[in-house]
Amino acid sequence: MDKKVALQDKKVSRRSLVKTAGLGAAAVATGIASPVSLAATKKVNMGFIYVGPRDDFGYNQAHFEGKSGVAGLNWVKAFDEEKVPESIEVEKTMESMIQLDGASILFPTSFGYFDPHILKLAPKYPQVTFLHCGGLWDSTKHPTNVGSYFGYIDEAVYLSGIVAGHMSKTGKLGYIAAIPIPQVLRNINAFTLGAQSVNPDITTNVVFTGGWALPVKEAEAANSMVDQGIDVLTCHVDSPKVVIETAEKRGIYSCGYHTDNSPLAPKGFLTGAEWNWSSVYAMYAEKIAKEEPIPNLVRGGLAEGIVKATPYGPAVTDAAKSEADAVKAKLMEGGFAIFKGPIKDNKGNVVIPEGKSHGQTDIWLESMDWLVEGVIG
Amino acid sequence: MLKTLEAFAVTLVAIIISLVLISIFIWASGNSFIEVYQTIYKGAFGTWFSWQNTLVRAAPLMLTALCTAIPARVGLVVIGGEGAVVMGGLFAAITGISLNGMSPGFVLFAMLFTGALSAGLWILGVGALQYYRGVNETISSLLLNYIAIAILNFLVVGFMRDPATLNKPSTHHIGDANMMGVIGESSIHYGLVLGILLCIALWFVTSRTTFGFSMKITGGNPRTAKLAGLNVGKIILVSCFIGGACAGIAGVVEVAAVHGRANSSLNAGYGYAGILVAFLARHNPMAIILFAISLGGIQASGGLMQRRHDLPDASVLVMQGIIFVVILASEVFYGRLKIPNLFQSQKTAQENAA
Amino acid sequence: MSETDIGVWGVLIAVLGGAIRVGTPFLFVSLGECLTEKSGRVNLGLEGNLVMGAMSAYAISYYTGSPWLGVLGAGCSGLILGLIHGLLCQNPKVNHIAVGIALMIFGTGLAFFLGKPFIQPTAPHLPAVSLGFWSDSPVLRAALEINALFFVGLALVPAIYFMLKNTKWGLMIRVVGESADAARALGYRIQLIRLLTTMAGGFLAAIGGAYLSLYYPGSWNEGLSSGQGLMAVALVIFARWNPIYCLYASLLFGAAAALGPALQAVGISWGYYLFNAAPYFLTLMIMIMTSSAKQNLAGMPGEFTR
Repeated sequence: MDKKVALQDKKVSRRSLVKTAGLGAAAVATGIASPVSLAATKKVNMGFIYVGPRDDFGYNQAHFEGKSGVAGLNWVKAFDEEKVPESIEVEKTMESMIQLDGASILFPTSFGYFDPHILKLAPKYPQVTFLHCGGLWDSTKHPTNVGSYFGYIDEAVYLSGIVAGHMSKTGKLGYIAAIPIPQVLRNINAFTLGAQSVNPDITTNVVFTGGWALPVKEAEAANSMVDQGIDVLTCHVDSPKVVIETAEKRGIYSCGYHTDNSPLAPKGFLTGAEWNWSSVYAMYAEKIAKEEPIPNLVRGGLAEGIVKATPYGPAVTDAAKSEADAVKAKLMEGGFAIFKGPIKDNKGNVVIPEGKSHGQTDIWLESMDWLVEGVIG
Repeated sequence: MLKTLEAFAVTLVAIIISLVLISIFIWASGNSFIEVYQTIYKGAFGTWFSWQNTLVRAAPLMLTALCTAIPARVGLVVIGGEGAVVMGGLFAAITGISLNGMSPGFVLFAMLFTGALSAGLWILGVGALQYYRGVNETISSLLLNYIAIAILNFLVVGFMRDPATLNKPSTHHIGDANMMGVIGESSIHYGLVLGILLCIALWFVTSRTTFGFSMKITGGNPRTAKLAGLNVGKIILVSCFIGGACAGIAGVVEVAAVHGRANSSLNAGYGYAGILVAFLARHNPMAIILFAISLGGIQASGGLMQRRHDLPDASVLVMQGIIFVVILASEVFYGRLKIPNLFQSQKTAQENAA
Repeated sequence: MSETDIGVWGVLIAVLGGAIRVGTPFLFVSLGECLTEKSGRVNLGLEGNLVMGAMSAYAISYYTGSPWLGVLGAGCSGLILGLIHGLLCQNPKVNHIAVGIALMIFGTGLAFFLGKPFIQPTAPHLPAVSLGFWSDSPVLRAALEINALFFVGLALVPAIYFMLKNTKWGLMIRVVGESADAARALGYRIQLIRLLTTMAGGFLAAIGGAYLSLYYPGSWNEGLSSGQGLMAVALVIFARWNPIYCLYASLLFGAAAALGPALQAVGISWGYYLFNAAPYFLTLMIMIMTSSAKQNLAGMPGEFTR
């Protein structure tokens, strides 16, 4: 009974969307939330789901900031839920958002939400669009009301690597990561390759803490690394706060991740890799407003504005800045490949032969299970 | 009969007190408690969807609660449900993957069997250590939780990993044919049926059989039980095995009905929530059904509370904590409530019968 | 060759430094639990005290600018949780373990709920004492950068030991823990003594939390504690209800937790998940080896026997 009512409700909201489309599009296209009153028409209901607390100074906060960006649009009603486990809970949260809040677009932002949870629900709610952060959508396998978006953050990490390579005196960099998954390995490799483009002898030590939020272990790892003579530290865990602060305390350089980490280390902060989800969410909102079809796969890096590099900290030398800026310009232009042969892994096998290069969009990079030569760990 | 009535009355009083305390808490956070209660009702039981949401969350809690409740009947405080869920899920996945291709009914049965067996033995170990070596069962079961989780992570990130699972390291899939289905048109999987059936069966065993009676004597005083000629060791071990097996089945259900694989999501806190349910139900398997559904309801409405009232996720924890504390405090009322005259005659009848 | 030598020394120094850095919260929770258990009560809810203490300390330090006031405020929050625990346990029908779990849920929930506004801001930290001034090696200096709370804990160890062993108060606590009947015969107020030790234990555990948020790792967030409070009960068994052994056990647990990251930092990375579980496994093994069905553990308060 209730279900049927809810479904009809949705159709109405979609239809009324057409009427508001013109107005909304004008507002978004200029990038300013228009104060035009649309109170008479229905709003687009967007639901955001995070796996951790929305103020973790990291991944979830980056999404929350993105959500806050679109929530300002006066024809969008955005709501969210934090700390939703990658289990049947997320299925129920999505259904609850659809059934009880009339969500027509869902943004489940954690990787593990996709298979099987989104894939299970999407056929059941064909009128709802599921946009998953993770870049997994495959037209041959997955429903059409599902889409994926993801950013090539390794581009920004590569730039961090260049700066780190310039600034390191010992030639030893440190990377504190949660677990060895392709996304993490790709960032570690990009960081190392960036640094090695400055000085081929540079090595990166990696510590896997075994979990996404283990502050004490992260601090311990950071301290051990400093003791080993590492002088630039970066990380890939849910919240970079502990690592960056510990690096600052020990007087070494650090590169941020996820969000703008520069306030955490006023002296030693070099640069960092940040998400810019609000640009993605605004893009989707604009498409919806214009009644344009929503693309199933949205990926991009620096050029598309999905990721960005944090402004340089005070310690960064001009030489480092100019080289990183030059590479950044090339990355923005396109055609610059981070993963370009010859690349050996740290066990001595050739993984990318001479003359072959893998561009950012190459799906092969997304199942990375190797670390480049020079990575210790 | 009267005991049940008294338990009902005391629990009711406790729930009313906790509702008052929660109201104050909500009011202090700047919300209208009437509206929040409406939201909780809507999110937990307000629609058919909400009911499904609640019941699906209740299913694993029933099974993990038994892992604390059954050993508690023989006097052991076991808090190892989390580890037992992980073990059950892990072995279910191993079984499912290796038998994939055989008849689905058989595979599912085999998964239930190995999952229950492995988790049963896991908790049986806790009982054995307690009985033969005097190792405190609460601490050993707590430590075993961490060890089970470490084993799971080690295997899932290591050599049991399906490389296709990319950024969410998991084992291989058990095969779509082997998945446990849902009940009719609903989105509730058969884990709920297993949970309810096991609760009823174990209620029968604990309250209506000789074995249940000997469990009670052992729980009362092991020395008396020994004097009475009971095989105390066997009773303790069997109880622990049953408890562990139930939690293991919760793990099997997670793998066979939800994920299709074993991964770190097995360690989702069901074991710890189950402890809460067991104590709220005073280790009565029948009452576990009710309390699991109530707790499932609170959890199901948690999301709606976040969205409608901007209450953080932790509000659910605070509410659970308040209810738990008040229900424990309400033990004071037992034997002190004036039961109305209406039941007085029943009381004497009951005593005469006994 | 020389490079590996530095690596090995680095691991050693990191583990030694880590023993103190990671071990300090363990020290406080185990001392607190030890005190409570000596009087015949078990408080499994110290995790709640720890998390609540971490949050309160950070919030108070942020508002007042004084981290020591934060530590005191944390202690008071622990005192209150201890009071609730102590009062609930006065009813003989109420299970101590259940009360502990209930307060753990309540304490962490309340801390997360109230702590939301304090995740972003930075609060003043506790000071550290540099004992490495004599050394030229920055590595050694960093390892010998010892937080002030550790010294507080270090001073508490002999103080509690002496108090339990040689004072009238200590005797009362021990008698109450050893045999309620004997205590009753002596006219001691059993419930009051147990209530006070539970409150004192709660106070100390919350200071362990203050250490986490105000010194190391030094910020407040919901993932701050990884079960340090839950481990208190195991630590006390490990330490045989002896405050001095509590110190050793805490340092050992701290070192064990520091070993994994330190080894990975020099490139030894096999099986870090299993490394993470090593302290738990070790505790279990020691419990199995030192327990016996025939006799109680040496030092265990007699009230724990069934």
